[in-house]
Amino acid sequence: MIALLGKLRGKHDRAVLLIVFWLFLALLGPLCSSQDPGAIGSQPVFSSPSITHLLGTDYLGRDTFARLLNGIRHTVILCFASTLIACSVGTFLGIAAVTVRPWLEAVTGRLADGFLSIPSLLFALLVIAVFGTSTVALIITMGIIYAPGAYRTSRALAQRIVRLDFVTVARARGESTAYIVLQEILPNMAGPMIADVGLRFIYSVLLLSNLSFLGIGVQPPEVDLGSMVRENMLGMVYGSPAMIVPVAVIAVLTVGINLALDSSRGKG
Amino acid sequence: MVATIQVDNLEIVGRRGRGAELPIVRNVSFSVARGEMLALIGESGSGKTTVALSLLGHIRSGCRISGGTIRVAGYEVTALTAQERRSMRGRVISYVAQNAGSAFNPALAIMRQVVEPALVHHILPRRDLEARAIALFRALALPEPETIGERYPGELSGGQLQRLMAAMALMTDPEVVVFDEPTTALDVTTQIEVLAAFKSVLAERGVTGVYVTHDLSVVAQIADHAIVLKDGAVREAGTVSKILFQPQDLYSQALLAAAEPCSRQSEGVEAPEQQSVLDVRDLVVGYGRSTSAGLPEKVIVNHVSFSVPKGGMLGVIGESGCGKSTLARAISGLQPWSAGELLLNGVALSGNVTDRAPEQRRRLQLVAQNADSVLNPSKTIGNTLERAVRFYSGLRGEAAARRVSELLEMVQLSPALATRLPSELSGGQKQRINFARALAADPQIVLCDEITAALDTVVAAAILDLMKELQRDLGLAFIFITHDLHALQSICERVAVLYAGQVVEVGPAAALGEGFHHPYTRLLHDSVPLMEPGWLEETRLRRLAETMPATLPNPSSADAGLCCFLTRCPDRVAGLCDRIAPPVRSVVHGPRVLCHLPASIRPEFSS
Amino acid sequence: MAKRKQGAGDLNRHLPALIGRRIFAAATSLAFVIVTVFAITNILPGDATDALLGQGATPQAIAAMRHDLGLDRSVFLRFWLWLWGVLHGQFGYSLLNGLPVADAIRPRLHNSLLLAGASAAVAVPVSLFLGITSAIWKDTLYDRAVSVLTLGMVSVPEFVIGTMAVYVFAVRLHVLPALADVASVHSIGQFLRAFFMPVASLALVTLAQMVRMTRAAMADTLSAPYIEMALLKGVGPARLILVHAIPNAIGPIVNAVALSLSSLLGGVVVIEVVFTYPGIAGLMVDAVSSRDVPTVQACALVFCLTYLLLTTFADIVTILSLPRGRKA
Repeated sequence: MIALLGKLRGKHDRAVLLIVFWLFLALLGPLCSSQDPGAIGSQPVFSSPSITHLLGTDYLGRDTFARLLNGIRHTVILCFASTLIACSVGTFLGIAAVTVRPWLEAVTGRLADGFLSIPSLLFALLVIAVFGTSTVALIITMGIIYAPGAYRTSRALAQRIVRLDFVTVARARGESTAYIVLQEILPNMAGPMIADVGLRFIYSVLLLSNLSFLGIGVQPPEVDLGSMVRENMLGMVYGSPAMIVPVAVIAVLTVGINLALDSSRGKG
Repeated sequence: MVATIQVDNLEIVGRRGRGAELPIVRNVSFSVARGEMLALIGESGSGKTTVALSLLGHIRSGCRISGGTIRVAGYEVTALTAQERRSMRGRVISYVAQNAGSAFNPALAIMRQVVEPALVHHILPRRDLEARAIALFRALALPEPETIGERYPGELSGGQLQRLMAAMALMTDPEVVVFDEPTTALDVTTQIEVLAAFKSVLAERGVTGVYVTHDLSVVAQIADHAIVLKDGAVREAGTVSKILFQPQDLYSQALLAAAEPCSRQSEGVEAPEQQSVLDVRDLVVGYGRSTSAGLPEKVIVNHVSFSVPKGGMLGVIGESGCGKSTLARAISGLQPWSAGELLLNGVALSGNVTDRAPEQRRRLQLVAQNADSVLNPSKTIGNTLERAVRFYSGLRGEAAARRVSELLEMVQLSPALATRLPSELSGGQKQRINFARALAADPQIVLCDEITAALDTVVAAAILDLMKELQRDLGLAFIFITHDLHALQSICERVAVLYAGQVVEVGPAAALGEGFHHPYTRLLHDSVPLMEPGWLEETRLRRLAETMPATLPNPSSADAGLCCFLTRCPDRVAGLCDRIAPPVRSVVHGPRVLCHLPASIRPEFSS
Repeated sequence: MAKRKQGAGDLNRHLPALIGRRIFAAATSLAFVIVTVFAITNILPGDATDALLGQGATPQAIAAMRHDLGLDRSVFLRFWLWLWGVLHGQFGYSLLNGLPVADAIRPRLHNSLLLAGASAAVAVPVSLFLGITSAIWKDTLYDRAVSVLTLGMVSVPEFVIGTMAVYVFAVRLHVLPALADVASVHSIGQFLRAFFMPVASLALVTLAQMVRMTRAAMADTLSAPYIEMALLKGVGPARLILVHAIPNAIGPIVNAVALSLSSLLGGVVVIEVVFTYPGIAGLMVDAVSSRDVPTVQACALVFCLTYLLLTTFADIVTILSLPRGRKA
């Protein structure tokens, strides 16, 4: 793990650090609150922050802080899992398209073009209409949606790298395709692919939040940031933290990673 | 007399990214008298283009003038407002860019762009300007001067665009023209035409000029004075003859020594064994579907044959697009061929590298072109070399590390470099590592593809020395693919001349200047500028004397197997060259030539 | 160089062929979309009968229902019948109320197109202006402000912008209704009141992406060597932009705008739900919740077709704006 982190360091270390931070928060966050996120107590609904309820209560009188930590867990883990699927599938196919056979490139390229001609939210609606809203279905759906984009990025990178002289020399030496992919191509794609992972993570957070907001993402009793906003829409009238804080958290998460990626783009 | 250009103590600083400001140009002063041409000589990173652009008041983003003054034709350039700068640019001083291919706007017709500088300064109405442009096109020897302006940049060749750019610069009759390496991107046979066109037009108009270049022989042709720049500072200034023939500064001397055509052939070395290590026989390489004859749709390398003797050095020379790189890829087994064969020590090699025996791959090594992309940027030098060592000799651990040190010493680098990444090395160092990696295989023959093209002259000269040493010490054979005739002649015993995918001549490299040669070889040889003032005029005069034969053969006959040089050949014979494919003829004690001519025009050579 | 010359001739001769190829590509994409839409909704282990009849249904009831819905026929036959219907504007019957899907879609499609069209009419000119100007004044305070603001906007989900608008204008200021009551529009004032918030929100959602991509396209053109050359010829700023930059940037910019229109389509879905706007996207979301597959299919097709039309149109403009002699 340490070695891996060491490898990922460099141009995008700020974005990587941010993602790692959110992952930690997702894993450990729910331990930080003693309140039960599901307990419907006798507290008033949409109450203001207090010592017992750090962010007040929601539309059923549940503790907002506890629910928020749970919501972050769902949003971050679901999105990270689907990003990993999208980027590994995309990178694998992207490199295979460049290094294996020309027909593979033609086939995968066409397929990716096809998938990309369906706007992502629509594709998600279509799949969810059929497969339902289970966690696994959501993860796989988002993984499929963002795989073509990752495929394109990695294919473009790999295409540029295989033309470079050091790959030519390795091929002339008679190195195996596996060696060329693992030793010559992949290490040189790592930087830009990390940026791509960051971008796709943001996209999936946005998509999942939208889906949950529309009521077709994460379903009760589970909660994520988007569904928290949906549940507590009424709280808007009272300016309740139950509705405003999850919106702010989504914004901090995505804007933060985006800014980190954007600032590293200028670096040489 | 007041100088037209007067630069005093110019200082320019710049920053990369968010780093600190670093000096790019330091305390540069020079002056150019009216009607004279000053050459700014320097290698990459010397600040020569920055100085040239500053004359137009243009500083690229991230940089700024931090001190000094620039005076051009009475204008205090450093003190001008944006408005005044605009009114000066293109009218008083104009610019000819290095790469006309990208400096012309692809969306606009040539004429619109050529008249633009005069138009925006309201010099004349458009119709008069167009007439003036056509006159300039004619003076610059452009084809179809009346209509060339209607065409778009994408439809013209590099040499034509470069001349059109000069026409654009001269439209306003400016007092000063700045040329920024205007012929560097051109082939030598085109360069000579462009240079001659520039020179005659400039002389006629008495333009004051600044000519930025790294090529000293071009300086000899075109400039009156010169300054040598290194790391943004002036190392030496003076007349061209003084700088070229009595340089005082050590750096100028090094530049000159590297540019001087010199032979690295050691006297008294035993002649290379006659047994050949590599034979190329009738090789045909191309792209696309194969035709009924079994040949590819688009033939890039056309029935090429030559052989390399053991321990010998063969140069392959040709201009851009002649098929050099494809040939290199085919020999390395990265591009399968359609016909012919390749023999290593008399044994046929497969066209696919993975089908070659490990021993065969070991004996034939490729040293690729681009120093910047030839090393994996994410691996240390040690790792890169160790991989090659392990791959070929199976050595591991301590033994491999020892071998890596040995290899580094063989290419005259410190073993301490093993821990560095490629990004920490200079271009010359990277190219040496490139060699060390090939040597790890303990090869018999090394194929070098344009390895000096991207290097500065001095660095390139050192690489050539290294090659010659390796040949001598290890008995290595080389194929040296290049477009640089001087470099080739300085190290190679034999030369193969490639034109349009065909070898038009194979022969001894030293004798290219004398005796009989293929007309293309002659053109190529005569086009390489010499460091002698007046060379350009002499060569042009000689060329003009060779009048082209009146009857133009049908140029669309290339596919009928006729001579590939037919349309450009000054010696062609109507009724022969445009009807019958040229035979291969051997001149006694001379080259093998793909031409009809020795028998018909020059009977003194027996075939 | 030889290659480029050849490319020039090719391009001029084969312009119709290039456009034809693009239309062919669009057609294959459309075929892909149609097959995908059908396939996804038909590869289920369970089928619509489960959703309609629930777990407790008798096998007889399921069989009868399957026959009624045509589910007992082969996949290819069903695909053919479905496609045949689609080609004739028949999208089947809603599983929810048994009414023809086409009838439910038609009035809502009109509303959605109105919303999307109005938003695009606002977003496109504004983002062209912002994108082009911020590329021209690159690295100024203005450029940085535009850049940070749009970055912020592309980073938040669409519903945030919608709900914020509601919060500010309806909840806090009470100047506009929270819901878009399109049915009771009788005057221009009412029209503006009903449409202002949905259109403004959707325009904002689309704008951010569009500004960023336009800026990137324009900045790329402005860094080309021929722009520097034009500067060195003494060309003034207006001429530099209008004559030298725009003709080269137009293709990439149109492309950028078309690509950002996908965010418009995504945005329509969310904005219609936030404002309970009676459009096709709202219909689709409801249909997804109730797993009314025929309705979802139909809506998805309509959306994808719109998107394909827009991108194809943009690509053809790009091809037409390619300078002569530049390789396609």
